[in-house]
Amino acid sequence: MSAAPHAASGPSAPLKSGPGMRLTLALFLTPVVLWLGLLIVLPHLDLLIMSFRMDPAFGDEGWSLENYHQFFAEPIYWLTFVRTAGYSVLVTLLTFLVSLPVAFYVTKVVARNTSRFLLTMLLLPFWVSELVRVYGWMILLRESGVLNHWLMALGITGAPVEMLYNDATMIMGLVYTSMLFMVVPLVSVLESLDDSLIEAACDLGAGPWTIMRTIVVPHCMPGIVSGGIVVFMLTLGNYLTPNLMGGKNSLWFTEQIYNQFIASFNWNQGAAFGFLLLALSSCIIWLGLRLTGQKLSRVVQ
Amino acid sequence: MSFEVEQGRFFSILGPSGCGKTTLLRMIAGFESPDSGVIAIRGRDMAGIAPNRRPVNLIFQHLALFPMMSVAENVAFGLKRRGMGGREIGRRVQDVLERVGLPGYGSKMPAQLSGGQKQRVAIARCLVLEPAVLLLDEPLGALDLKLREQMKVELKTLQAEVGTTFVYITHDQSEALVMSDHVAVMNAGRFEQVDTPRNLYRRPASAFVAGFVGETNVWTGTLEEATDGAGLVRTDEGAVFRARVAAGLAKGARVDMFIRPEAVLIDPDGASCAIDGATGGATGGATSGAVDGAADGGDAPLPVRGPCANRVQVQVQAILFDGAASRLLTHPEESRREVMVALPQNRLYDHIKPGDRITVGWDDRAGICFAAGSGR
Repeated sequence: MSAAPHAASGPSAPLKSGPGMRLTLALFLTPVVLWLGLLIVLPHLDLLIMSFRMDPAFGDEGWSLENYHQFFAEPIYWLTFVRTAGYSVLVTLLTFLVSLPVAFYVTKVVARNTSRFLLTMLLLPFWVSELVRVYGWMILLRESGVLNHWLMALGITGAPVEMLYNDATMIMGLVYTSMLFMVVPLVSVLESLDDSLIEAACDLGAGPWTIMRTIVVPHCMPGIVSGGIVVFMLTLGNYLTPNLMGGKNSLWFTEQIYNQFIASFNWNQGAAFGFLLLALSSCIIWLGLRLTGQKLSRVVQ
Repeated sequence: MSFEVEQGRFFSILGPSGCGKTTLLRMIAGFESPDSGVIAIRGRDMAGIAPNRRPVNLIFQHLALFPMMSVAENVAFGLKRRGMGGREIGRRVQDVLERVGLPGYGSKMPAQLSGGQKQRVAIARCLVLEPAVLLLDEPLGALDLKLREQMKVELKTLQAEVGTTFVYITHDQSEALVMSDHVAVMNAGRFEQVDTPRNLYRRPASAFVAGFVGETNVWTGTLEEATDGAGLVRTDEGAVFRARVAAGLAKGARVDMFIRPEAVLIDPDGASCAIDGATGGATGGATSGAVDGAADGGDAPLPVRGPCANRVQVQVQAILFDGAASRLLTHPEESRREVMVALPQNRLYDHIKPGDRITVGWDDRAGICFAAGSGR
């Protein structure tokens, strides 16, 4: 408060009232509103309208559900869609299974200083762009890559093995790409877990698996769900990794959208696909929240 | 250190914070392993046995109730790990909750309970497993004073009822003295004395115990003569007192003489010099209600009325009124040494005001000398 109080705001006036406060609020909100409105809401509205119209090249102007009908009529579209959804769920689960031991080790097993060092080491690869990291994997795994060179040098294989361009490699790449987004929320929830709870469970006769199942995982649920949502959405919407590591066989739904927009110039069809993907991710996240009994408001905290 | 706890006893380990008592407890529980030595429970060596396979249970300082489980699930946790059937678990959980005075609380969550109730759930969660030893790591530390007093009595009666061996660690001497059958006083990783609460208080084995257990006055001085456990001390102020002397001290040694406030009598000519009971227990002395083993031997009753050899003129500095534990803060003439004197609330001493000069005295056997500085 200033030394000379404003006439309108007496000593009892609450801090947040008054025209000054409203101006500050407006000042802070304007960029957010502009950003949301111009870059998110407006384009999406345009795309939504577009998805219900036909490609002008076909002449038939006016509202239609043809774009959505196309999706269900053509098996390659909806099969890719289902495949993408299934693999995204799988990637999310695998990422969780890989991240939980890592996060547990970082927070509960090693000393505090080591824990900071390890967290930094986890973050370090993410200073490099995803593209470079995926190319790194490709250098390791391709036919003339590092791994094949060593396998052949050691006489384990006679001819180079193509390790890229299959689903397993693609899934590994997706898990690698999104792991950090699971580890960080898990580390933060695990830090709030009192060590004595783990010791108490052990004291009462529980083994390591039971402690994980009955104490650690229930405690971590908010972190697991928020990490899961982020990983799932990132994976579902990932274009780079499936395309580069899965190759032409990856059949990721984002590639279908890309093809409609860029290859076929059918923006209307692409827009419809985009909204189907949005609906899908919303549905699966809602389902996941229902299954784990978590509330979105608690998870995003 | 070496100690034994008899089955069914309430054994306390008392010591200042950082003396190693929690480490000791965690070794018994199995969370830490000793560099050397043996921990045996019911005659079985525990070395290399994981905490989840030991017949001991630990009550943590902050209780460590599982916040995501209801009271009943918390209590059932250990039984489930033993693969017990659902109906049997239900029956036992109900049983133990009744025993700790929480019938019908099974469906509550720990967050809904008060501090004392949480305490009882933590105890029930361990007792339901019928451990050979129940370890308690300062479980009353987090409670407020009133509840702590109440829980002290409750824990004691509960222990007597269930008959499980309790090993209790605390830095609060009153908790240890009130509840325990035996107390080990620990300092800097060693046991100074293992004894009944009454003996610890009356016959401390070291200067540390004399200073740590109960309130006490300290006079520093030089031993003028020492024979057979008794001697004559000339204090730095020049006064001469008779007192008991610890073994190994010879004439000319620098000593600290410890004397309890309630042993110091006001106006000793008019009052009895008997130190036991007659003056009403001050802090820590109130062990008479607790089970106090008969191992008190060798403490010949003091004369009910007799000459008080030790006398000193003191000036009253302040009256510290605290009900039955009221004291006078005094200092000897021409000295800054503070001497606490118990002030019995029997109206005999109502005339004493700050600034008064009074004579105080105590029995020959009330004071005890240890080598100077050995208690720090």
